[in-house]
Amino acid sequence: MSVDAKVHKEILIAGNPQFSTITEKISRIVESKTNKVWLLLFGAAVSLLLILLGSVGYLLWEGIGIWGNNVPSGWGFDIVNFVFWVGIGHAGTLISAILFLFRQRWRTSINRFAEAMTIFAVICALVFPSIHVGRAWLLQWVMPIPNQMGIWPNFRSPLLWDAFAVGTYFACSLMFWYVGLIPDLATLRDRAKNRIRKILYGIFALGWHGGNRQWKHYELAYLILAGISTPLVLSVHSIVSTDFATSVLPGWHTTIFPPYFVAGAIFSGFAMVMTLILIARRVYHLQEIITMKHLERMNIFMLVTSMMVGYSYGTEFFIAWYSGNPYESFAFLNRAFGPYWWAYWTMITCNVVVPQLFWFKRFRTNIVVMFIISILINVGMWFERFVIILTLTRDFLPSSWGWYWPTKWDFAVLIGSFGLFFTLFLLFIRFLPMISMAEIKNVLPQADPHQHDDQRQAAIGGGSV
Amino acid sequence: MNQSTAKTTGMLAAFESPAALMRAAEKMRDAGYTHFDCHSPFPIHGMDRAMGLKRSPLGFIVGAVAFCALSGASLMMWWMTTVDYPLVISGKPYFSFQAYVPVAFAITILCSAVAALFGMLILNRLPQLFHPLFESERFAKVTDDGFFISVAAQDPKFDIYATRQFLESIGSSHTEVVEVE
Repeated sequence: MSVDAKVHKEILIAGNPQFSTITEKISRIVESKTNKVWLLLFGAAVSLLLILLGSVGYLLWEGIGIWGNNVPSGWGFDIVNFVFWVGIGHAGTLISAILFLFRQRWRTSINRFAEAMTIFAVICALVFPSIHVGRAWLLQWVMPIPNQMGIWPNFRSPLLWDAFAVGTYFACSLMFWYVGLIPDLATLRDRAKNRIRKILYGIFALGWHGGNRQWKHYELAYLILAGISTPLVLSVHSIVSTDFATSVLPGWHTTIFPPYFVAGAIFSGFAMVMTLILIARRVYHLQEIITMKHLERMNIFMLVTSMMVGYSYGTEFFIAWYSGNPYESFAFLNRAFGPYWWAYWTMITCNVVVPQLFWFKRFRTNIVVMFIISILINVGMWFERFVIILTLTRDFLPSSWGWYWPTKWDFAVLIGSFGLFFTLFLLFIRFLPMISMAEIKNVLPQADPHQHDDQRQAAIGGGSV
Repeated sequence: MNQSTAKTTGMLAAFESPAALMRAAEKMRDAGYTHFDCHSPFPIHGMDRAMGLKRSPLGFIVGAVAFCALSGASLMMWWMTTVDYPLVISGKPYFSFQAYVPVAFAITILCSAVAALFGMLILNRLPQLFHPLFESERFAKVTDDGFFISVAAQDPKFDIYATRQFLESIGSSHTEVVEVE
């Protein structure tokens, strides 16, 4: 048996289920009565969402002054949260697109979940720049739309690049996700018992009938979407990092920013997928589909990206010293030992120190440990962006140094954005299959159309190497 | 409505496994059927060759759209910043192409993704909410664990008796005539 055949036959789903077991197990989550835990979580999420709506309403009425941003720190929580949420989205695209291109078949158990997370995280991210522009009702001016002033947007501005990059990222992720959903929506349509479900799922399934003449175009479309999402996801956070890197501030004006941001984004995204999946796995009893093997691989991903992030922190320090630029050196010493030292060391502890536990298989395969670490990583990655923004408080002239402290409205919007995220996520879990049934069936051993050929070869004692 | 108004649109044959479906597809192809399709809950690797299908042209469609989007976006930004309303920004040339790469790239990707999605839908003639096969109750299993071959009545080789016999001879566990009233 060739190596390829062995890889192909790796058992990814525990208990060797039938095709119909998979359909039944995943569809039932959507079709059965609402789970009490779900209702409880949904209530909590909607309450937080109301906080977001209220605080954004007050912000639009009163203005950006209700936040803590002020000279010298014109950026604050809004940008921290924006970068945080965009970053979270990246693991979703990495799992769905990049691992797909590398034929990592274990991704099938988690990709739908991760893609949904991407979309909702990007929605949360888009909230922040939209409300930070001050006059949110003039947001269309970032697009090249003819207007009465006869002027066009400045295409050389990284902030405009952001609008295009993140907007494109959202649209592409949504289309990618929907294409993946079509066969599963058809499954729900065919299983629907009542008329309303049948009509609604029927409309969104578009009349899919699973013929190979459809699969042929479908598979290529999926491959193309994966192919174009791959450079896109790498470019999005690179472009976000140029918001900082194209300025001439010490600590920001560095070429390491794009790769450093991308690594951090994938790191935080995996942590968020982990947090969510551990909860869903327990509440909906998905241990056979999302096995320890999947969780362990995600932990290894986190370990690798944690070291990349740690390496970037080290490089920044080294270059700050090696450059001989006093402002640059000061910016980094100030991060570690200045007034915000606690933010810096929270970041180092959560992002670099704690994930080292994943070197040990004992911790890598322990549910409680990985749940706690995944949350700590998200805290750490939020602090990373906070540390970067706080560079603004002390730049060149000590006379223009200042202090940044968020107000209660900053916190309200941050907490509220989690409400938006979880509300959308819980709705997704309730009404759409959270695991891709068609793809899971495809990785079961009996899906291989050549399986009998192998048995025949084994029977005659043959088999090629 | 009485039975006589029903119109035969084709035939549906069920198979037990992906392997059986694939072998049957090869035999259908070799027997000269052209208007048939193999339905399965997931894509089966190698089925295109077994059915004798050509590769999907979607790649060329997306490629053409991507090329147009890249040139269109670059041309648009060039015209806006050098012809229609030239502005000197940080002492740089009007069209320093490096600074225009991110937006041109984003627009190219966006248009390619739209082309991939809608190109796929158009090639598949979707959305098409009704299909004669949906009349068959058994066919609902196609999105669960069913494997089927459907032969359309417009196939030149289609014959209600001969086709049924052929489908049974190549391993179908159940055949039925698909009718629309």
